Amino acid sequence: MTEYKLMKGNEAMAEAAIQAGCDAYFGYPITPQSEVLEYLAREMPKHGRIVLQAESEVASINMVYGAAGAGFRAMTSSSSPGMSLMQEGISYIAGAELPCLLVNVNRAGPGLGTIQPGQGDYFQSVKGGGHGDYKMIVLAPASVQEMADFVYLGFDLAEKYRNPVLMLSDGAIGQMMEKVKFHPYTRPPFDKSWATTGKPASRGRNYITSLHILPENMEKHNRHLEEKFKAIRENEVRFEEINTEDAEYLFVAYGLSARICQKSMELAKEKGIKVGLLRPITLYPYPYQRLKELASQVKLMLSVELNSGQMVEDVKLAVEGKVPVEFYGRMGGMMPTPEEIVHHLETLIQYHHVN
Amino acid sequence: MSTEEQVLPGTAIEVTMPACHKDEDEYEMVYHKPHTMVDVGMHYCPGCAHSLVHKLIMEVVEELGIQETTIGVAPVGCSVFAYDYMDIDMTEAAHGRACAVATGIKKLMPDKYVFTYQGDGDLAAIGIAETLHAVNRGENILIVFMNNAVYGMTSGQMAPTTLPAMHTTTSPDGRDVAYYGAPIKVSELLSVLPGSFYVTRQAVNHANAVRKAKKALTNAFKYQQLHKGTCIVEIIGNCPSNWKMTPLEAAKFIDEEMVKTFPLGDIKVPKAEDLKANKRLFI
Repeated sequence: MTEYKLMKGNEAMAEAAIQAGCDAYFGYPITPQSEVLEYLAREMPKHGRIVLQAESEVASINMVYGAAGAGFRAMTSSSSPGMSLMQEGISYIAGAELPCLLVNVNRAGPGLGTIQPGQGDYFQSVKGGGHGDYKMIVLAPASVQEMADFVYLGFDLAEKYRNPVLMLSDGAIGQMMEKVKFHPYTRPPFDKSWATTGKPASRGRNYITSLHILPENMEKHNRHLEEKFKAIRENEVRFEEINTEDAEYLFVAYGLSARICQKSMELAKEKGIKVGLLRPITLYPYPYQRLKELASQVKLMLSVELNSGQMVEDVKLAVEGKVPVEFYGRMGGMMPTPEEIVHHLETLIQYHHVN
Repeated sequence: MSTEEQVLPGTAIEVTMPACHKDEDEYEMVYHKPHTMVDVGMHYCPGCAHSLVHKLIMEVVEELGIQETTIGVAPVGCSVFAYDYMDIDMTEAAHGRACAVATGIKKLMPDKYVFTYQGDGDLAAIGIAETLHAVNRGENILIVFMNNAVYGMTSGQMAPTTLPAMHTTTSPDGRDVAYYGAPIKVSELLSVLPGSFYVTRQAVNHANAVRKAKKALTNAFKYQQLHKGTCIVEIIGNCPSNWKMTPLEAAKFIDEEMVKTFPLGDIKVPKAEDLKANKRLFI
């Protein structure tokens, strides 16, 4: 009975949250994702769910912490400056091992920046952001359909690993309208025996904390978290490959940049340049292994991003100097045209003598 | 985290009973520590109010029979380990965020009893926004606000509630009101918000005060059943270590100095009509 609808990315994400059984959404208005709070303020009460406009992003993330700690499916969404405010809470959530879904509809920065799309929050999202040793699973949607699909996936992964999951979108994917289908969804079983729901006589008390005051306990907890992140790295790498079978060159791009690169590939093909695309879907864990393999096939990789060159560092880590890894990006909410990217690729092929 | 994985900071106290001529069951029980307290030693300093207030809250939880339906939120500060002592489900909040965390819990489980336990640095400085907005929304929670006029855990820095001219490690010449402003009377501030239902300021520096404080906590827990708004029980806490006083001097300091800025007693009481319909609850 599922049929296509025409929706904005932000609204598709909000609708998916309802269909994924999200119990509570806490948010604060910020462009370009205020539609999420607006949509859910309208729709969540109809389903008997909780939606609350908090006094700040600091409060939102801590409300998520409280609700997630009580075993409920909780989420928040924001955009770059708001995500910065949430980093403390995210660190606590990761430390206390609470599942929740966070969405960053990335705009351009630093500072107040601009409300136009950007990918400048890559480092913040995948390398930490908050204090201490922790990782989030980071999903990067490249379409309105994925804005919806990754909500289900995000909640499931969050509960599977008891870890925060971040969907790193951007202002364009959030605002643009595309067709989207909401697939039937069955929620996997989830053990909530650890949650703070009130202590019955039958069990000991549950508490949610990230505090381990004795160094030997803290290190033990760090090692436990690291084991979990290792399992995530081994089991949850997701990526998409397009035209890589006989590719001589490779675009590496995620989200909106990957969409632009798809057009660039078509233009390059017309010029006889065999270029493929590797689109990381999980930015953490990152597809290092696949990029390493592709490094023995292609002659050059070009990381295309809406920032000053962030993910390119991970591409270089994967490739280990086997082939040249270059970067092309625009910033400030500006987007490269497909032609611009192809032109840059051609220049690099000449420069590196890899034609 | 499960309880088992954490080594408790306190150590169990072994009590050796002196030899006596009666069997245990021949004595009349006149007082016992509430069963809702975890039987471990506490990390609090001698003469500190926290241990007493922890016990009062747990006595109330036991007497009302709400251990299974109570969830506490601990702050950052001296009482950061509150969950080691209270035998109920608890959540440790980031510094200042207890009221936001409690909101997340209470909104999802409106029929549970939810309380925060926060110090003056936590509630009145870094967490004032979360506190004010939770109360303004009339979140149906209890805020236990421990006011000892200093940052205790970090060893006695000036708090928003530090008295005028009071010496602390960061106001070595005494709090200069012209520079830092006057102590914030948070309870008075919160009492003017329509969302607050019951606001009171108590102390625990002598037996009579302890009884009054317990009564206030009992009422505040009961009021949650009415879903009428936020209850705030401020307790002026003794902090002999950071006040550089003996426990006895600290107890006197509350009566002689603290009450000048923070007078004890009810600041906002529920309207009679709100209680009338639920008479049986409030005897």
